[in-house]
Amino acid sequence: MNDMSALHSIIPSAPPPLEELDLARIRADFPILRQRVHDKPLVYLDNAASVQKPRAVIDAVSECYSSYYANIHRGVHLLSERSTAAYEGAREKVRAFLNAASAQEIIFTRGATESINLVASSFGGQTVKAGDEILITGMEHHSNIVPWQLLCERTGAKLKAAPFTDAGELILEEYERLLDSGPVKLVAFVHLSNALGTLNPAKLMIDLAHARGIPVLVDGAQSIPHLAVDVRELDCDFYAFSAHKIYGPSGVGVLYGKKALLDAMPPYQGGGDMISLVTFEKTEYADLPNKFEAGTPNIAGVIGLGAALDWVNAIGLERIAAHEHTLLDYATARLNEIPGLRIMGTARDKAALAAFTMDGIHPHDIGTILDREGVAVRAGHHCAQPVMQHYGVPATARASFAVYNTRDEVDVLVAALWKVKEMFEL
Amino acid sequence: MNDLRDLYQEVILDHNKRPRNFRILPQPTHQANGLNPLCGDRISVYLDIEDDVIRDISFQGAGCAISSASASLMTEALKGKPVAEIEHLFDAFHDVVTTECECPKGLGKLSVLAGVRDYPSRVKCATLAWHAVRAALEERKEAVATE
Ligand SMILES: Cc1ncc(COP(=O)(O)O)c(C=O)c1O
Repeated sequence: MNDMSALHSIIPSAPPPLEELDLARIRADFPILRQRVHDKPLVYLDNAASVQKPRAVIDAVSECYSSYYANIHRGVHLLSERSTAAYEGAREKVRAFLNAASAQEIIFTRGATESINLVASSFGGQTVKAGDEILITGMEHHSNIVPWQLLCERTGAKLKAAPFTDAGELILEEYERLLDSGPVKLVAFVHLSNALGTLNPAKLMIDLAHARGIPVLVDGAQSIPHLAVDVRELDCDFYAFSAHKIYGPSGVGVLYGKKALLDAMPPYQGGGDMISLVTFEKTEYADLPNKFEAGTPNIAGVIGLGAALDWVNAIGLERIAAHEHTLLDYATARLNEIPGLRIMGTARDKAALAAFTMDGIHPHDIGTILDREGVAVRAGHHCAQPVMQHYGVPATARASFAVYNTRDEVDVLVAALWKVKEMFEL
Repeated sequence: MNDLRDLYQEVILDHNKRPRNFRILPQPTHQANGLNPLCGDRISVYLDIEDDVIRDISFQGAGCAISSASASLMTEALKGKPVAEIEHLFDAFHDVVTTECECPKGLGKLSVLAGVRDYPSRVKCATLAWHAVRAALEERKEAVATE
């Protein structure tokens, strides 16, 4: 102890980073992280695909099923009232998390994919006509491409994509030019690219579209766990995300939409819960948000999402982002030490992940060898084949970070990558 | 690392680095493409069949070490073989990469891919070229997918 205090007196005291603050405690919240795979400690770096769940979320789902589960909005009995209160409580948590003006603007879906399909089908079906255009970017996930292609096929509209540079940055002049080059009825873009890590200048892109009267959907599937999002400050018209990427359960997603837009849109699916009166002649639709929530939803999953947001709030997204940023900087420097390794996506504004290739070694082989070292990464096209085409590669390997990852884990990744090289040396 | 060496044997790494019969046949009698949607890998196979014998066979495309080496080894194994033997060889090969069978005789170098059986997610890589050959023989136009 004396030695320690002597040390303290000569080392100037800087505030400890999040890592030293409570990373051990944070990791202890995730039961799954304690295991070994192939006899090595699990190093989970596939967080952009889906992130692991803290005890609080697992418990919230389990508590719902074991103590108060019932269908919502229907029963007069106690359990239904409790379930309804918990479900609607989660909606309020999402509203607060996004700083939306009203809980009516929060629609629960099955995931970001369904949220985008809802807008394409309902808003798109109503607004987009033959000859109109929809503008996306070249770095979209397939779930922000295909729904628009389907809409274009149905309506005869045209889909355009704003290109990006080799660094993975959107070319803003091109984006602006494409906004003006035809009757664009909707802009849809990814906030944080899952294939490149690029953080797009959302506010600027939205302002440019709005200056031309064009509404904007933001695909927030990747941004939601990594940066604080304020939909009113962004002024986006729609924002879509999935619970499973922000420590919540899979099978639940959110669509935020401005009330005026949602009010004017036709329902997406028909069924129970979305009506106020049904006769065989005519149906009157329920008010928001129920109009867009036909059928029995993933009740426990939504409640789990609420618990996940509480958990994230208790740590603070700013602190999470700062920690992940430090990790990414460290990982980038260490990865660049490996000869023949090329990082795909070097945008100045970047978050949470590093996608890369290695000379002469296919990402699938990298993935398999890393797995045997206990390191889980994604190897493939990341559902963003146009991005792969841009770089002329079939696939990349991707290490993506969450709040519970550590510098030591980055070291394990890097050591394992050296083994990959060794394995392939002939 | 030892168990990984069972998968990435030297023969496999060698065929990955220097794939044999890696070219386009100018006038194939049969041709087809194979696609692994999981990773986006594509390969094309070309066959020149005369009197029910594979006179020449080649492939092109980009893939992981397992799919490239498997394609390369397959072309070596099939060249000069009667067409009637392909199905039999594919069956035997499929057994080797998916089950704990004794390696059937007659597979020759193809049995270096036996290590794949411990990596279920990689079986599709090892069989992609074979699926493409089968499609070529059936004269299917669209790319065959492994799933
Ligand atoms: C950028 C982006 N958009 C959309 C999605 C689709 O999310 P989900 O599959 O949860 O619907 C993902 C998931 O990987 C994504 O990364």
